[in-house]
Amino acid sequence: MGIVKELKKGALISLWFVFLTFPVMVIKVDPIARTVVWRWENALYMAVGTFVVYYIAQFFLKKKENQKEASEEKGLNHSIIHKILQNPLQRNIFVGVLAVAAVLFPQVLSAYQTNVMTTALMYVVLGLGLNIVVGLAGLLDLGFVAFYAVGAYTYALLNHHFGLGFFTVLPIGGLMAATFGILLGFPVLRLRGDYLAIVTLGFGEIIRLVLENWGEFSQGPSGISDISRPGFFGVDFDLQSSIIYTYYLMIILVIVTIFVVNRLQDSRLGRAWIALREDEVACQAMGIDKRKTKLVAFSLGAFWAGIMGVMFAAKTTFVNPASFTFLESAIILSIVVLGGMGSIVGVVLGALILILMPEYLRALSQYRMLAFGAILVCMMIFRPQGLISNIRRTYTFKKKTTNSLSK
Amino acid sequence: MDYFIELLFSGLTRGSIYALIALGYTMVYGIIGLINFAHGEIYMIGAFTAFIVATVLSIYGFPLVAIVIIAGVAAVVWSSSYGYTIEKIAYKPLRYAPRLSPLISAIGMSIFLQNYILLAQTSDFLPFPRLIPDFPFMEPIAHIVGSTDLVILVTTFVVMVVLTFIIKFTLIGKAMRATSQDRAMATLVGINVNRVISATFIIGSGLAAIGGLLIASHIGQINFYIGFLAGIKAFTAAVLGGIGSIPGAVLGSLILGLTESFATGYVSSDYEDVFAFSLLVLILIFKPSGLLGKAKNEKV
Amino acid sequence: MTKQPILDVRGLTMDFGGIRALNSLDLDVTSGEIVALIGPNGAGKTTFFNCITGIYTPTEGNIWLTPPGGKKKISLNGLKPNQVTEKGLARTFQNIRLFSKMTVLENVMIGRHCRTKAFIFGAIFRTKATLQEEQDILQSSYAILEKVGMADFADEFADNLPYGAQRRLEIARALATEPLLLLLDEPAAGMNPQETQSLEHLIKQISMEGQAILLIEHDMKLVMSLSDRIFVMDYGKKIAQGTPLEIRENPAVIKAYLGEEVDA
Repeated sequence: MGIVKELKKGALISLWFVFLTFPVMVIKVDPIARTVVWRWENALYMAVGTFVVYYIAQFFLKKKENQKEASEEKGLNHSIIHKILQNPLQRNIFVGVLAVAAVLFPQVLSAYQTNVMTTALMYVVLGLGLNIVVGLAGLLDLGFVAFYAVGAYTYALLNHHFGLGFFTVLPIGGLMAATFGILLGFPVLRLRGDYLAIVTLGFGEIIRLVLENWGEFSQGPSGISDISRPGFFGVDFDLQSSIIYTYYLMIILVIVTIFVVNRLQDSRLGRAWIALREDEVACQAMGIDKRKTKLVAFSLGAFWAGIMGVMFAAKTTFVNPASFTFLESAIILSIVVLGGMGSIVGVVLGALILILMPEYLRALSQYRMLAFGAILVCMMIFRPQGLISNIRRTYTFKKKTTNSLSK
Repeated sequence: MDYFIELLFSGLTRGSIYALIALGYTMVYGIIGLINFAHGEIYMIGAFTAFIVATVLSIYGFPLVAIVIIAGVAAVVWSSSYGYTIEKIAYKPLRYAPRLSPLISAIGMSIFLQNYILLAQTSDFLPFPRLIPDFPFMEPIAHIVGSTDLVILVTTFVVMVVLTFIIKFTLIGKAMRATSQDRAMATLVGINVNRVISATFIIGSGLAAIGGLLIASHIGQINFYIGFLAGIKAFTAAVLGGIGSIPGAVLGSLILGLTESFATGYVSSDYEDVFAFSLLVLILIFKPSGLLGKAKNEKV
Repeated sequence: MTKQPILDVRGLTMDFGGIRALNSLDLDVTSGEIVALIGPNGAGKTTFFNCITGIYTPTEGNIWLTPPGGKKKISLNGLKPNQVTEKGLARTFQNIRLFSKMTVLENVMIGRHCRTKAFIFGAIFRTKATLQEEQDILQSSYAILEKVGMADFADEFADNLPYGAQRRLEIARALATEPLLLLLDEPAAGMNPQETQSLEHLIKQISMEGQAILLIEHDMKLVMSLSDRIFVMDYGKKIAQGTPLEIRENPAVIKAYLGEEVDA
């Protein structure tokens, strides 16, 4: 009885979706040649696809409900990765293996692969930067790419006009972006969450449109080319070794970022961010300066975006406004949401999955953005804490004499 | 002077279309407090449905009147269906989730729908068939106000009157107003809140579809990305008027349309979208409650 | 009365549109005492808290805070909520507002925020001063948890606590800010008799340590047994003040609570 009912429901839903997608999926018109192609097979795919997806979704919804009950009893649930990280021996082995893999990567694999990996690592850092803003402080920033653009153009312009090198501009780009973060953040951070999201989105688009239209400043849509790659004490690399060098630079930047973000998260400031995310009114009543704390999170996030912008300009040797659309912000947001808001391990994993997967599954790459959109929706519904949820640290506390901190 | 009037009418036309989309934002926000980020995509899907149906019918040699009516109805039906379905899939499960969850879900939905149309149809700009002929009686002033503009203005006006009637006098309209004031209380007096929310999405989506149909025939081309910009602008208009307020959405839309029209006409057309975005940022900073909206304070 | 009041409120008035929620209210709290603010629902008690803690900006009136030891009094007018807390007023909320996804200990540690300094630099480089400060935060927070009898729950998530314990945690968190005056907004609301009793015990204990307390409460038994002085409000106005004994017999108070007497 139950099964028949479920089947009937599934069938009805797939019928509904066939109807829903009918004009767009089945009909394809060519208004110039004035021909119509009827793609009936798509209706069939749609029916079968919806039917299957419906049951998968039901399965996950049930699982989520069961999980909720289970986790309420346990309170804390730890993922495998966290278990490994908590055991010192396993943790050292894990980190050691990762380090060896990271060092050997460009030696073993081709320059192309190395380049792809460098891109993925850049998204790791971007994700970690946005994670401070969205994951920790709970400020939904949809214009993160604007700060990325500020960093990229800072390097592009300073390099183009004054010939400044990569390492000189790296901190300048970061600081420029952070300054923009403060300038924007100052008026807008008192806005409620959803309005803040839209304002940052608007700001991101303004930056891009200005770059596109203010030709004298930014050379417009055609962009700035011939930007210097990262140098090394005046040594000139050929393209091949430059790619490898950039890769190692990125590895260092990733390590530095993880180190810094981890420490920030476990500090007085990090606690204030999380508290702010939980309840703003209570936070203020506890004496936390809401505006200042938000501003710091916002500008620190922007700082990392700026640094990565410089890196991006140096890596591709070319910037134009088309690289800094809203979709870029959405990709970085997907990384944070997929990985788990507030979770460093999660964000690293999220970036690697989302950036590497479409590269290696070429057939799927055209479905990339479709998947990103679906990921945002599905994660919110089925697993809002992300792949790897952040575990709150507990403090082991030895009576009054010596207090040891451990994770 | 002619130039001024031309800009004035073009501003009003734009404003009317923004209004049709902005109403969807404002109604949904009024009822469930969500910025329905995918609303722009509903409008885009409305335009695509109208495009597909109209083109098919014109290839099969239907008369223009039939094409206009059938395409219009199809656009409304499908857009509403999409609106209804999206709410069920992406927002309903998140009704009691933290505030940002449904917004992130909506952003995901928006990206998904854009790419769904891109993959199922094309990324190219498609020429939209001319559905509105030049009326002979408009000829003397055709260089200032086109026939399409006239149709847009009249249609928007009629739609607004109908909508006002629905909200003021029908049962579902009253239920909507009650739900937007206090959802818990509405449930207690026996209003089926789920049905009200669905109805809101259906009506809002239908309006967006009409907007999609009108603007597509006005501009003459569409692609999968038109929803993003139109969506943001309509949202700007809704916020400008005071989000949650229906007359506010209309007022905000007209102001935005006129601002854009005069700014591009007298200042520079390069920065057309910058005006809208700057307006958005400025309103949210200085008067987030908008012109006709009420400021809401959090209860402590 | 020879003692200098810690909190001195004069002529506090708050208008919401055309409605006068507070009407020229005077109130003072002296060090070491427990003062209760009572009144029927909607009398404006919570509005009063919101005004003095900077959540609302009062239409008129002055709020002064005087630190002990003969220091000069500080005006709290126009300060933001966090600045008010920094000056020495800490509060709890009528409807519990804990940081639910943080542990109990962390909730209290947040209370230490305004008494500590570490910032970006300290956080990243873990300087000696920062590490020391972090230890101090941990130690004092833990001590406060012990004081309110919640040390065993330190690593529990706040929203997993039973109701009574959540109220206690709110008090602990407020105490962590080292307030000159502790404001409790209906701390016994929704508690069962045992919980109320242990709350009474806790408040007495805190008060014995010299903590001045101003509380809003509906539980008259609790109010009468705890308070040194009571202020009664109705329709935004102060209608009586005095010791529990005086208040018990005050006709205006009885009228406010039991309604107008019907005159023949």
